[in-house]
Parts: sequence; C-alpha cells; structure tokens
Amino acid sequence: MSSRKSYVMPPVDREEFVRDVCSVYPNKVAKKRLKHIVIKDGSDNLEIEANVRTVPGIITQRGCCYAGCKGVVIGPIGDMVHIVHGPIGCSFYAWNTRRNLFKPREDGANYMNYCFSTDMQDSDVIFGGEKKLRQAIQEACDIFKPKAISVHATCPVGLIGDDIQAVAREMTEKTGILVMAFNCEGYKGVSQSGGHHIANNKLFEHVVGKDDSNVVDDKFVVNILGEYNIGGDAWEIERVFARCGIRIISTFSGDGSIDEMRQSHQANLNLVMCHRSINYMAEMMETAFGIPWMKVNFIGVKAMAKSMRKIAKYFDDPDLSRTVEAVILEEEKEAENLIDEYRKRLEGKTAMLFVGGSRAHHYQELFKDLGMETTVAGFEFAHRDDYEGRQVIPVLKPDADSRNIEEIKVSSDSERYRPRLDQHKLETLKSEQLLNHYEGMMEDMNQGSMIIDDVSHEELEQLILKFKPDMVCAGIKDKYIIEKFGVPSKQLHNYDYSGPYAGFRGAVNFARDVDMMIHNPAWKMIKAPWDIEPTLNAETVA
Amino acid sequence: MLDMTPKDIQERTALRINPAKTCQPIGAMYASLGIHNCLPHSHGSQGCCSYHRSHLTRHFKEPVVASTSSFTEGAAVFGGAPNLRQSLKTIFQVYKPDIIAVHTTCLSETIGDDIPSIVRKAEEDGLIPDGKFVIHANTPSYVGSNVTGFSNMVKAMVDYLATRELKPDSEINIIPGYVDPADMREIKRMLGELNVTGTVFPDTSDVLDTPMTGSYEMFPKGGVTIDRLMKTGSGKATIALGAFASEAGAQALETKCGVPFRVLDLPIGINATDQFVKSVLQITGEQRPSPSMIDDRGRVLDMMTDMQHYLYGKRVAIFGDPDQVISMTDFLVSAGMRPVYVITGTPGKRFEERIKRILGDDAPNCVVRASADLFYLHQLIRNESVDLMVGNTYGKYISRAEDIPLVRFGFPILDRVGHGFFPTFGYQGAMCLLTNIVNTLLDRVDRDSAEERFELVM
Repeated sequence: MSSRKSYVMPPVDREEFVRDVCSVYPNKVAKKRLKHIVIKDGSDNLEIEANVRTVPGIITQRGCCYAGCKGVVIGPIGDMVHIVHGPIGCSFYAWNTRRNLFKPREDGANYMNYCFSTDMQDSDVIFGGEKKLRQAIQEACDIFKPKAISVHATCPVGLIGDDIQAVAREMTEKTGILVMAFNCEGYKGVSQSGGHHIANNKLFEHVVGKDDSNVVDDKFVVNILGEYNIGGDAWEIERVFARCGIRIISTFSGDGSIDEMRQSHQANLNLVMCHRSINYMAEMMETAFGIPWMKVNFIGVKAMAKSMRKIAKYFDDPDLSRTVEAVILEEEKEAENLIDEYRKRLEGKTAMLFVGGSRAHHYQELFKDLGMETTVAGFEFAHRDDYEGRQVIPVLKPDADSRNIEEIKVSSDSERYRPRLDQHKLETLKSEQLLNHYEGMMEDMNQGSMIIDDVSHEELEQLILKFKPDMVCAGIKDKYIIEKFGVPSKQLHNYDYSGPYAGFRGAVNFARDVDMMIHNPAWKMIKAPWDIEPTLNAETVA
Repeated sequence: MLDMTPKDIQERTALRINPAKTCQPIGAMYASLGIHNCLPHSHGSQGCCSYHRSHLTRHFKEPVVASTSSFTEGAAVFGGAPNLRQSLKTIFQVYKPDIIAVHTTCLSETIGDDIPSIVRKAEEDGLIPDGKFVIHANTPSYVGSNVTGFSNMVKAMVDYLATRELKPDSEINIIPGYVDPADMREIKRMLGELNVTGTVFPDTSDVLDTPMTGSYEMFPKGGVTIDRLMKTGSGKATIALGAFASEAGAQALETKCGVPFRVLDLPIGINATDQFVKSVLQITGEQRPSPSMIDDRGRVLDMMTDMQHYLYGKRVAIFGDPDQVISMTDFLVSAGMRPVYVITGTPGKRFEERIKRILGDDAPNCVVRASADLFYLHQLIRNESVDLMVGNTYGKYISRAEDIPLVRFGFPILDRVGHGFFPTFGYQGAMCLLTNIVNTLLDRVDRDSAEERFELVM
C-alpha cells in the first residue's frame, strides 16, 4: 500500500542554491547564467533569458542549426533522399540515431535507413564543392529516382560560398525531381532552433499546398505539426484519432511522407505538438490557407483527453463530441486502471526535466498522472514564449544571431485560401485561447519550482546533489552522468529505445518504464555489505 | 530492409551512401579522454561536440564530457579566437581539469584559426593557470577519418608533452590504437605478465568503463598522467599498434626524442599477438613469455582446432576501421575462413596492400577496397552472398536485409554490450572473439537445420 506521502524535496533554499551554483563561474558568466534561472515564487511577469548564446566553454546540451533542420524536422520524412553537403561526420551522426520511425506507403519508397553525404574532401573545400554536390544529386537521381531530394549545408559550405540554392534550382530543372536546399550551416543561430525555422520555411515554400488532387471532403481532417514519431508516438495518436473519426492528412514530420505534406493545405485544423520547432509552419499555413491552429499535448492521460476535447470543441459537431467523449471514457479508464498499480509506488516522487523545446513541459502532465511532481525543469533550445507564453512574442527583440535566420513573407494564397470558420467564431475561439494560444511551461509549474534554461553540466550536478530527485529526464549525453550518482535517468529524446509514450497507451508504457527504472533492485546494491556494516573477522567460524 | 538498394553496381564519384567511417574530431575527442584529468575541447560549432559526445556515449554507455567553443555566425566570420579564450577561462575556473586538449573542426579549419598562437596569447594574458596545460591537434573533418583524428591527437600528446631526459629509462611506450578500454586494459595486463613496465597512451581504461558507485567523478581515476606522457620521451622504445591510428605518434616521438619505434598490427588473433609478444621480448631481452600466457595461447588454438569444421571455408565480409579490419582479416584467415569482401571507409592504399599480403593466393577472389562504403558492400553481397559479416553496428541493416549473421566488432557498437569489458587484444581477446564468432555461426546452424538434423552436440 502506498504511503501517499507528500512531495519530499530536501529543504534547500532556492535562492541560496542559485547564488551558490553561479558562484563557480567567472563573474561575467555568472551574471549571464543568473538570468537563465527563475524561481517560481508567485510573482506575476516572471522573465527568463532564452535563445541566446551559450558561453563558450560551458558544457551544454545544445547542438547546432544543422541538427535542428536535418536531424529534427526534415530527416523524419522517410520517402525522400536527404543529402548532407559537407564532410562525412554530420550525416553519419544523424543516421538513424533519433528514433523517428517510418513505415513506407504503397509506393514502397523508404530511405529511412540510408545515410547520404557528399563526403567533402580538402580539395572540395579549396576549389568549391558545387561540382561535387551537383554530381551527388545526379547520382542519387540515377540510382534511386526519388520523388524529392533535400540538400543540407554544413559549416564549411557557407564559408566557402557554395551556392547550394542555385545548384538545387539547376538540378530540379535538369532532372525533373524536386531538389530543396537548406542553408542550415551549423554555426547559424545559437542552437538547433534556427534550423527548425529554416526547415519550416523551405518546406512551406516548396512542398505545402503543391498538390490539390485527392481533395479531402471529410469534415474532421487535421494535420499534426511538431510530432516526430519517436518510438511510434504518432501511431498511437493516429489510433485514437481513427477511433474518433478524425482523419490526419499529414504529420510534420514523424512517419512523414512528402506526398502527404503536399496535400496538407486541405486540412481544416492544424494541431501543434512541439510549439518550438513548428509554430512557424502553423502561422504560415493559417496566413496562406486559412487553417486555424491549436496547441495540443498528447503526452499524459489527462492531457490527451483534454486535447481531444479541444479538438471536438473546435469542430463543434454533436456526433463528433459524443464519439470523442465515448473514446475518452473507455481509453482513460483502461489506461488509468493499468497505471494505478505503478502510481501506488510512484506517488510523491520527484522528477527534473531538461530537454528539448517542448518535452520538458509536455512530460510534466504525464508525471502528474503518476502522482509525481516536477521540481525543476528547463529547455535546451526554447525561446521565451515557450516558457512564458506567446503573449511575450511582440516584445521579443531580434538579436544578431536570430536576425541571421530568414523570416519569409507569406500572404494568402489566392486560389487555396479558404476560411474554416466564420470570422466571429474564429475570434471567439481565439479569445477563449482555444486557438493560436500557448501559455508556456512556467504557468503550469508549482510554486517553489525552478526553471533553468540551457542547463549546464555544473548546474545539473549541483541540482542532483542538493535536491536529490528520484528521476532526471534528459538526453543521451546526460544519462550516464546522472546515473553514476545513483539516480535513474529517462532519456526523453529517444525514450531509452522504448515507447510509444504519447496517448493513452503510451502513458501506460511510460508509467511501467518509470516504475521499472526507479525501482530497479540494482540501485539498492550500490552499497556493498562491507559499506553498510563492518565485516567481522574471525579465525574460525563455529 | 534497405529495399532501395539496387543489385547493379554503378560507379559513384560524389555520393557517399551509408559510410564506413566518420570524421576526424570524434577520434581526437576519444584520444583526449585517455589523458588523466583532461577535458577535450571542440573548437567549432556546438553540434560537433554534441554529436561526438552523443556517439561516444552510445558506444561506451558511459559519461563522456567535453566542451565546445560554441561558434556562432559572428565567430565564423571574424574568427574563433575570442571563443577559445573565453572557453579556456571558463573551463579552468569551472571544471578545473589539469589539461585541455583542443581539437579543431571543419569550421575552424576552413576559417584558418591558428590555435597555437591563440593559446600562446591566452597564456601571456594569464588565462591558463600555472601548472595547467593546453594542447591541440588539427583535425579537419574533410581529411581522412575518425582514425586520422585519433592519430593526430596522439601525435599532439607527443609534440606538446614528451621530453627527453638525459638518462633514458628502461620503460617502453605503447600506443594502443583506436580501441576500447578493455583492450587498453588488456595491454597493461599483458605487459605485467611480460614483466615490463611501460606507458600506454592514450589509456581510456578506468575512464570509459567506470563502476557504479553512487558518486560521479567528472575526471575518473584512469587516463595516462601528464607526468607519464612527458616521460615517454625517455622511453627505451615505442610499440605503435595499428599503423593508421598509432604510427604518427610513434614517429613523432622518435623525431622529437629519439625513441625508436616499431609499428605492429593490432594484436587481434594469434599471429598479431605473437608479433606483439615477440617484439616486447626483443626489447626486454627475455626469451619466452610467462607460462600462463603460453597456456592462453594454447587454449585459443585448442578452440580453433576443436571447432574448425564450423569455420572452414566460410565466406566472410569484414568492414570497419582499417587497423581493426587488417588484424581481423588475418585472424579469420588463420582460422580457415575466407574473407571475400574486405572494406574500410578510411582512405589509404596501404590498407589494400596489407590486406592483399595477408590474403596471399586468395587475394584475386576477394574485393579489397579502402574509401568504400556499406552501400557498396551491400551491393557486393546482393550479387554473391556471404556466410558471416564482421563489423560495427551499422552492418545490422545489411545483416537483416540479406539474413546474414553479424558479429559485432570495432567502432561503434551501439546495440550490444560487452565490448567495453571483454578484450579483443591478446590471446584472451582472441578467445572472446572466437567464442563470439563460433557461437554466432552455431546459432545459425541451429536455426536453419531441419528438425531431423537438429543436433544436440555440436
């Protein structure tokens, strides 16, 4: 029987902790880091610094612009060829390491397990790499005849001035195969985030809205944006949607198909999972095609139910609402019954989450389902709106790094723009915050919790030592560091090769995995018998 | 699985598909981790450091810490000197290593950052505390491979730290190659058995195979100390294991300090281990290794004769980093197997020559290729299949597509455990490898045999 204990955080003075942890840095660095750490203390307008440069030398979780573009947004599209223009490493490391699962469609096209690169050599750096890129695209066309090719720039490409856009245009014309070039050189922006934006722009310009055939006449048709099908998340969401009679045209970009993306402008609603990586697309599609968007969270039983109800409310159809309620009733009960067993053992435990640009928020809902509290959380590459809510967007000032990322001008598509709701209703739903709204992570966190942006290695160590969490969720680079402390670490980028964690059934998987990790009997064996009590030595044992 | 791969092999001059190598900096980062109290530092964009740390972590299932100069567009345009200076200051104050090992990336190489002069200036300006060291290696990602990066960082250890004292000592230096901690540990164990004191550098044992104790050490107890690295210059001789990964360091040590060296294949399999043991004996003047080592050797041979009928004539594809592939090819040939496709992604004519020498009369029937990739290997296999594949985890797609058993060997292994603990080096390593190879083949026999031919005793 569980003890139903209340959350047991060691009585650490939060402000003192923040001062202490920053005192190890050089003064100027400490001043910067202090702005990235916020204690939720009940005051209104909490501000956090985010989406600014990491101080060189600080051991950070962050990656680069290329990782955000190819690795996150474009790579999961499985039925096209992705060529990385650069030395071999960039393509090699992004080869099947993210667990964005893909099932081929009827045409059988499936490049998910392939890694393509121009494998740039020193002569290409000296004399320019355009010729080799052109040849690589030609070879890809000759061997595979794919329906589309993406080209991703890496650091040296921008420096030596290869015009990959011109090569892409030329090769599109020559081969008749769409070639899209992404100028996502690793040094652009301050993290993966810039790459998300670059990927959104190019996909929007070249793919979305390009195929009007197969016009969908169902009413309840949606796209899911910012869902990457890690461990099969998208498939669990699809399962529930299918039960409710909601059709998904395209998921951006987990289990992604370029053909489906080309038709995605026909949806009547865009559902945004990862706000950070794809809100640009949601906005552009609303402007161009009149598709409203809503922020959803399919992580957690209650969160899933809440998001399904939001969708039903938007479509405002009595039959749909009835079906959605019936599905929720059944699925919720089934999931909660299964989770109950785990919850008894997990109630009152604490978690910390340092990951990505949305998961550190989404997973707090799932931990709530398990009776666990999130005491400290932070994103790796989010912007202030992901923490504080979209209302801060108008006051965000672009700096030298964000100005490097192009904002494209979008206007309404004269042929394809179609209002989905009458103006009055649209405005009402917006004012009710059903549409175009994201409240950010901080609002959902408890008083006394802490929010840390772009957490450093040093801060992570101190958090574990002082707050003694029961679980820390992070990524592969952090996992084994955390576990050496004797604290289990759940990877929230790749789910420790488990999943799905989304939706009703995913929540059960997560509950099982968290219980398994926290209650792994091995943790109790770290202290050996001779550490616990002195060994009695005797010459003979009777 | 890999359904898009056509059987027809088309010549490619530009498109690399499914590489059998990666870029230099990861090798440099790995080598740096083999210095005690060292923080590897990646001078480039954040992504490089993040990717290398992630991939090394996936292979070792251990903490891998390293820092980065976090280049932004400004640094890419105006140079990365301020980023490196800020890094040195921050790292020494916050993480307190004894030494920072800087490696470059394609970004900092392309813009031409001059690391030595940036570091010299930083030192003059007091950014490097007394008694602390900063070394560097140029590791342009567009030259060579991960093995080249390892080699360059090993050479940097010599160039920066090795010093010749007046009186040479009796110790020998071993550069173990780009291998797992288990093999570095095995080298030290074998030296103990051979009654030799020596310095293994780099040495990632007790760094990337640390026990679970409930407390985390950013700088674990392992790694070659700076002091011992300095003393390599006074060594009696250097043995460089693996020409691709280790020769440059040994050569530099001879040039700088006059320490003679010899280059051997990685001691994987009986022949290569025999050569290693003989070389050590020649340096020490002893006649024979220890009785227990001789017994180990005999036990491997015993297994090779006991199980020969499962090995003989088996067609094998071997792929991976060149030093590993060379020794493995030799080992498999000595076990009566037939390597038919032998490839590495790393460039180097030397690889092809060495493999052809090992294969001897069989060479014309075998495809041997450096600068090749796994797409090409898959096409070869689709044209004429093999009984076994030996190589890293990336072979698993071909293995599944063509239903060929895969013995995991080399770097990286991302989907199995054991490589961190069981050596491939020495006679004991040969036993581990052979066990794995034989059992993998026997599992296949069991799976494929008809019910009436299903054997109890094998």
